[in-house]
Amino acid sequence: MSHLDEHQRKMQRRDRAVRTVIPLTIVIALLIGWEMIVRINEIPHYILPAPSLIWKTLVDNWATLWPALWFTIKLTLLALLAAVVGGTLLAVAFAMFRWVEIGFFPIAVILQVTPLIAIAPLILIYVPNTTTALLLCAWLVAFFPILSNTVIGLKSADRNLRDLFELYQASPWQRFRYLLIPSATPYFMAGLKIAGGLALIGAVVAEFTAGTAGQETGLASRILESSFRTEIPMMFAALFLVSLLGVAIFFVFATLSKLVLGHWHESEMRREA
Amino acid sequence: MAGVAGFPRSNLAAPAGVPRLRGPTLIADMHNTETSISSTTSSPALFRMQDVSKRFPNGTLALQGMSLECGDHEFISFLGPSGCGKSTALRLIAGLSKISSGTLEWPNRQAAATGGRELSFVFQEPTLMPWTSVFNNIWLPLKLSGVSRDAAAPAIQKVLDMVGLARFADVYPRELSGGMKMRVSIARALVTQPRMLLMDEPFAALDEMTRLKLNNDLLAIWREHRFLVIFVTHSVYESVYLSNRVVVMAARPGRVIEEFQIDEPYPRSEEFRTSSRYNQHCIAVQRTLYSALDGDESADH
Repeated sequence: MSHLDEHQRKMQRRDRAVRTVIPLTIVIALLIGWEMIVRINEIPHYILPAPSLIWKTLVDNWATLWPALWFTIKLTLLALLAAVVGGTLLAVAFAMFRWVEIGFFPIAVILQVTPLIAIAPLILIYVPNTTTALLLCAWLVAFFPILSNTVIGLKSADRNLRDLFELYQASPWQRFRYLLIPSATPYFMAGLKIAGGLALIGAVVAEFTAGTAGQETGLASRILESSFRTEIPMMFAALFLVSLLGVAIFFVFATLSKLVLGHWHESEMRREA
Repeated sequence: MAGVAGFPRSNLAAPAGVPRLRGPTLIADMHNTETSISSTTSSPALFRMQDVSKRFPNGTLALQGMSLECGDHEFISFLGPSGCGKSTALRLIAGLSKISSGTLEWPNRQAAATGGRELSFVFQEPTLMPWTSVFNNIWLPLKLSGVSRDAAAPAIQKVLDMVGLARFADVYPRELSGGMKMRVSIARALVTQPRMLLMDEPFAALDEMTRLKLNNDLLAIWREHRFLVIFVTHSVYESVYLSNRVVVMAARPGRVIEEFQIDEPYPRSEEFRTSSRYNQHCIAVQRTLYSALDGDESADH
């Protein structure tokens, strides 16, 4: 038995190593290829900077880039938090009261399908505080996946379990707490993973719009500013940080999803070899 | 319906010695709601259905003129083809669906409330909450009644022992086999010490060996606690083996066509399954079921 356990642990370690090593190797190979192409062809840095130069620029300009990164992080997370709170509350209202869903769902869809880039200038005009306006833009993009996924989740509770709760005369709160919330959790987590990425996209797009209006606060503004000055390595450095932030957000929520659902839900359970 | 195969479709009279509660009550006219079954049970009536019909919003008449009286301690099977209203009847009794006409009475209401902890239901699927442990699944009915985890623990341990899963309290449903999940479902139904247990084809999805084992286990539990069981099944053999009364139903519209009293002693073992008495009961029930399938009322006469 212990021999089998040891073998299983060994296999798991190997699986984890493979999952880390393969993507890492590919990324490193791409970076080396990029570096070599730039050096061999002597491509000027204002056309395509080498990864080493981008890294040097990032380190040299960290004092400028860090506040911008921090602003984007704050904006993204605040927008996501607002999306989670607003989307979840609205989803509960949709699931509990049919008239709320009938009345408000079309509005939610309109807000979702209208391109943010088209609404952002209006929001920046009507909302006096720029940070609030940026937050509103990012929230608009992020809240819909939370809303629609959570609504589906709340409505997807097992029919027999619903009957069981009715049979045992559960109160509406008990039904919500012990049946609907757990049933909706996998759907909510899927929505959260999408919304995390969208909140960042919303924050960056809104920053671009605000940047053109003269506000320089986030990474998007750094990118704009660098493009005006043709500082291509700086553009890449800021872009790298945006991508890194997106990847970090994805991994945080993927890990959270695994923690919450890993012990019971099919989507996050580890398959036996 | 495998149990029906192989039997002749004529000569549908019950074999000698097999008690039949009443003559066939197949109703040709779907508007006639005269069907009436009088129970021969000697135990006090727990609930009584009088001329109950159920029509769904789409116009389907799922159940027509069903009358039935069930006493404490009975083991009754509803047997019939798909669409004959067995599950609908069960849901009506459970209060999960509303009757369209007729009456459903609980003469001893205080002892047999139509919901809550006096009545339990086992579905065709185990219907467990996958996100929580076996212990918490069984605790659910008590938790909904305000019983704390600590207070519920002895009762939960007892039913886990009863269904042979004492060592599995902390595992998640996904770690259990189909038969074990169904045992958990039965344990959850029993934890409230119900006076009435409704079972909607609980063993239909299980393999034959597991089904036979669970049949015996269910009978052992029932004999010990003597609650009323209403058991929906497609299997003639299962219904005869388990029940002291088999209610045969027909489809389009769903209705009761006949009842059989299975006056055989408990405990029933594998010997009973191979006895001539058991076969006689099965043949009698199967023939009636044939008449239901064919819609041939005259054959039953």
